[in-house]
Amino acid sequence: MVTGDVKLIGSWASVFVMRARIALNLKSISYEFLQETYGTKSELLLKSNPVHKKIPVLIHDDKPVCESNIIVQYIDEAWSSYGLSILPSQPYDRAIARFWAAYVDDKWFIALRSILTARGEEEKKAAIAEVEERTDHLEKAFIECSNGKPFFNGDHIGYLDIALGSFLGWWKVVELDANHILLDETKTPSLFQWAERFCNDPDVKPLMPETTKLAEFARKLFPKPQA
Amino acid sequence: MTDEVILLDYWPSMFGMGTTKIALAEKGVAYEYKETDPRVKTSLLIETNPIHKKIPVLIHKGKQICEPLIQLEYIDEVWSDTYPILPSDPYQKAQARFWGAFIDKKFYDPSWKVWGTTGEEQVTAKKELLEHFKTLETELGDKTYYGGDVFGFVDIALMGYYSWFKAIEKFGEFSIEAEFPKLTQWTKRCLERDSVVNSLADSDKIVEYAYVLRRKLGAE
Repeated sequence: MVTGDVKLIGSWASVFVMRARIALNLKSISYEFLQETYGTKSELLLKSNPVHKKIPVLIHDDKPVCESNIIVQYIDEAWSSYGLSILPSQPYDRAIARFWAAYVDDKWFIALRSILTARGEEEKKAAIAEVEERTDHLEKAFIECSNGKPFFNGDHIGYLDIALGSFLGWWKVVELDANHILLDETKTPSLFQWAERFCNDPDVKPLMPETTKLAEFARKLFPKPQA
Repeated sequence: MTDEVILLDYWPSMFGMGTTKIALAEKGVAYEYKETDPRVKTSLLIETNPIHKKIPVLIHKGKQICEPLIQLEYIDEVWSDTYPILPSDPYQKAQARFWGAFIDKKFYDPSWKVWGTTGEEQVTAKKELLEHFKTLETELGDKTYYGGDVFGFVDIALMGYYSWFKAIEKFGEFSIEAEFPKLTQWTKRCLERDSVVNSLADSDKIVEYAYVLRRKLGAE
């Protein structure tokens, strides 16, 4: 099967890059990974994503595709005969998956990140409360979408699993930073168990960054203000 | 049957107002329109969009779909036997989604600040909005529509904001026609379509509405 020339511009620490890599793994697509150096943007990146200048960028036969969720959908459609479907097949289920993936990025992630950027205990407490509330919504979403099956997408990892699951490395790092459990086995049991299954999936496991290494990187990205 | 499809929307809404209506019209889908002021959290609104409590909400056979661009893809997939909104080629589709997302994420904030705020906040918003218009003007280039020859996803996403252009120009004190001639010609082409004309609110009524809001926001 000819897949064409596939390159991915990204970084080992990026959640959004991981989404693209999981999708490529699910479809068994070989690709050249072009690691960006932290603090700089390569010429290829600037040329391939002139509007946002951000990773990931998938380059398929010299044609760039940008934005992680758009890349995942592209991978599903360009290689539709390879492996299993990443998006659900029914229009309503696809709409629900897209809705919650957008929620993860627009609401949940913003709250998670604000724990890292919080100044002082009050701000941190408020950010934690917000994350807990939004994680609770995702627990309900999981129960609704999975319909008793192991993943949001059913029997196999799919679009929404990838959208949220790619955050699991950073999720742990933020837990450590906040010194507070953010994925609670008793409060959100379905998500908790889903997280273990997701991380152990063979297409995900090799990509999940090691917590200590990621925590060190997080300290660089989100330096604490001097006391 | 019209009771199969219901749309909750608000006539002056800026949330790509008209985006979903244009798509339904292009597909020739009959639907029941329910005027819904999002500031009044009715039980229907809360029930159908519990997470965001926002319009527009599309209800099809009792199931709700939220967010204009998600609604666009849904409409395209369900009524797939007529007038495709998204191209079939995966790469072209990715490009359409990219520009749809650009409009969805980048336009709203500076747009409302241009008509809804004053002073430095407005100046910053205007600069940002003009940059986005410029990006869109460049992306359009000499094409008939954003997708090329066919009116589609990106055109619908952007025309969803068209009713507010006059208000943005007036309170932002700039002319879209003077600064972005290609975009202006494109809007004229889009306005030749019944689906667009019948879906958009009257620009002058929007300007009046914006005046009222500006007074409330303290910008007048």
